[in-house]
Amino acid sequence: MTITSPVPSAASTDPGVFLSVEDLRVHFPTDDGLVKSVDGLTFDLRRGEILGIVGESGSGKSVTAQAILGLHKGSKAKISGHIWLDGQDLVPASEDDMRAVRGSEIAMIFQDPLSSLHPFYTIGNQISEAYRVHNKVSGRDARKRTIEMLEKVGIPNAAARYSDYPHQFSGGMRQRAMIAMALICEPKLLIADEPTTALDVTVQAQILELIKELRNELNSAVILITHDLGVVAETCDHVVVMYGGQAVEKGPVADLFDVPEMPYTWGLLSSMPRMDRVRQTRLTPIPGSPPSLIQVPKGCVFNPRCRFSDRVEGNRCFTVHPDLLPTAPGHEVRCHIDPEERRQILLTEIRPNL
Amino acid sequence: MIRFIIYRLLGAIVVIWIVSVVTFLIFQAVPLLSHTNPVYFYTGKVPFKPGSPQLKALTHRFGFDLPLYAQYWHYLSGILFGQTITDGVSVPIKCPAPCFGYSFRQNELVGTLIAQAVPVSLSLIVGSAILWLVGGVSVGTISGLRPGSAIDRIGMTGSLAAVSLPIFFTGPVLLLIFEYTLGWLPDVSYAPITQNPVQWLRSMILPWVSLAFLFAALYARLTRSNMLETMSEDYIRTARAKGLDRRTVVIKHGLRAALTPIVTIFGIDVGTLVGTTVITENVFNLRGLGFLTISSIQQQDLPIILGVTIVAAVALVVANFVVDILYAVVDPRVTV
Repeated sequence: MTITSPVPSAASTDPGVFLSVEDLRVHFPTDDGLVKSVDGLTFDLRRGEILGIVGESGSGKSVTAQAILGLHKGSKAKISGHIWLDGQDLVPASEDDMRAVRGSEIAMIFQDPLSSLHPFYTIGNQISEAYRVHNKVSGRDARKRTIEMLEKVGIPNAAARYSDYPHQFSGGMRQRAMIAMALICEPKLLIADEPTTALDVTVQAQILELIKELRNELNSAVILITHDLGVVAETCDHVVVMYGGQAVEKGPVADLFDVPEMPYTWGLLSSMPRMDRVRQTRLTPIPGSPPSLIQVPKGCVFNPRCRFSDRVEGNRCFTVHPDLLPTAPGHEVRCHIDPEERRQILLTEIRPNL
Repeated sequence: MIRFIIYRLLGAIVVIWIVSVVTFLIFQAVPLLSHTNPVYFYTGKVPFKPGSPQLKALTHRFGFDLPLYAQYWHYLSGILFGQTITDGVSVPIKCPAPCFGYSFRQNELVGTLIAQAVPVSLSLIVGSAILWLVGGVSVGTISGLRPGSAIDRIGMTGSLAAVSLPIFFTGPVLLLIFEYTLGWLPDVSYAPITQNPVQWLRSMILPWVSLAFLFAALYARLTRSNMLETMSEDYIRTARAKGLDRRTVVIKHGLRAALTPIVTIFGIDVGTLVGTTVITENVFNLRGLGFLTISSIQQQDLPIILGVTIVAAVALVVANFVVDILYAVVDPRVTV
């Protein structure tokens, strides 16, 4: 994770960076107005790293993932900014160019494996199809490779289950099959969009472990989209907290959990059950509801729900949009509250109740 | 799969049996309710005075004095095993299974009349079914992929127009244009495909088009809405995320799913059309099952009405059976 300049214009100079998203904006024109699903998102990712994107529903997580994969091409979405993948900008790329990248360079795992698998084709057929798009191989070789992949993701009796249909698989097995499909071409970037949300808790841990293992084996970069902070703590190296289509805080995972500085992050942490310590109080939900993406609040996006906006002089929370500014190495926060005061609030008011 | 087929087959047989009982009972009730001697519905007249010994003898000859179950068995066994029809005077007529009886008005076995009409009806229905399926699904798919576009509006307006125009309008208009004005089809009289395929095609093309026009419109709208729904499914997103080209995404992943419900409707539509293409047959002067039905109803020729009803019911049940089997093949989730 590097600190990028506010007005980036070219690919990141850091040679280790594999994916660099710069000032990404995804806007959807609708009858009600322009929906700013993602509004100026910037982050970097290296190979072998797992980046968590956290946020509530409608914060722009999935839209970001689909923009990286170019799935908005052909829709009415207006996309600006840059998505540098290994030096190549994917935003202006044509649908044909993106098609070559999808599945081979970037692969994706979706939230609900049952609805994401075609009900009328066998698991084997669907996975080997993903392999054959990008590799000129015979049907027999594709089948062999598919069975290998199914074994690798831990599906017992893979050869026999090759010709099973998705409805004959259990939820966890389906997600394993989705992972096999995503990884069959050994992608350099894997995007997992809430891969464990639809699964049993016992299966969740297995799936996350599997993603980590495969990351180690292929040295892929991974983006893990979730609203589950427990998953983030367990799996990710870096975290981007998204709110209202913007990154409100980013940093190494340890920083986010130890020294969070953005009131929204505090809210998320306060509303999360902890197994590692005894809570003094009940879980505190964040009051209010996510902002409208058509009429984004003036000033800070989080201001209608923020308990601390009175700590900023001159009503700036409601008039000036805060920048995402570094507060520690690799740790950036979008907040008007003075950094010293933020740390003070964290120590005295927030941490005791976490 | 075998169990599934046997199960459905048994169901189909039960349905056909019930249809045969019900139609039989209806045609028993008609003479009873209208206080007409059943002989009238078989011969077209009551030749003797009511209560006269001659009428009694005739009633006995037809078996109308037998108990209901015996009459039904006589009727059913005729269909199953055939029978010999005799009036005791002329040469007995052999009526092989399935025997639907004898029409005294037409002086012909009902089976023979139906056998003459079935090829005409099948030619009409099969040909137009292919036309409307291909046409309707193509228009619907193209429209469904680009909702709101000019091509979608043209397709949907066109199909609204087509669905609103009755066959007795489109049929004569087609005849007027292609037969009388342009003279492309000077002779459209029907010829069996086995005897003169070219003439058969010539006679069938306009009926096909006018019947298909109506159905294609419905299928276009249905395909469009199914396609719209399917293309927003998660598995379409997965297919795109794999890097498949648009053709494969649309046809292999989209259309396959969108067409599944259409299979059901298609089977039932085709089955229903057997015996009900009256207007098309009338407009184009085809002697199919629909024509036979209407003329026998007008003449109150009971044996033919009975026979045609059974044939139409069997057609619908068979179509349904085929659809069930096909559905199990198309949608793997159906088979248990």
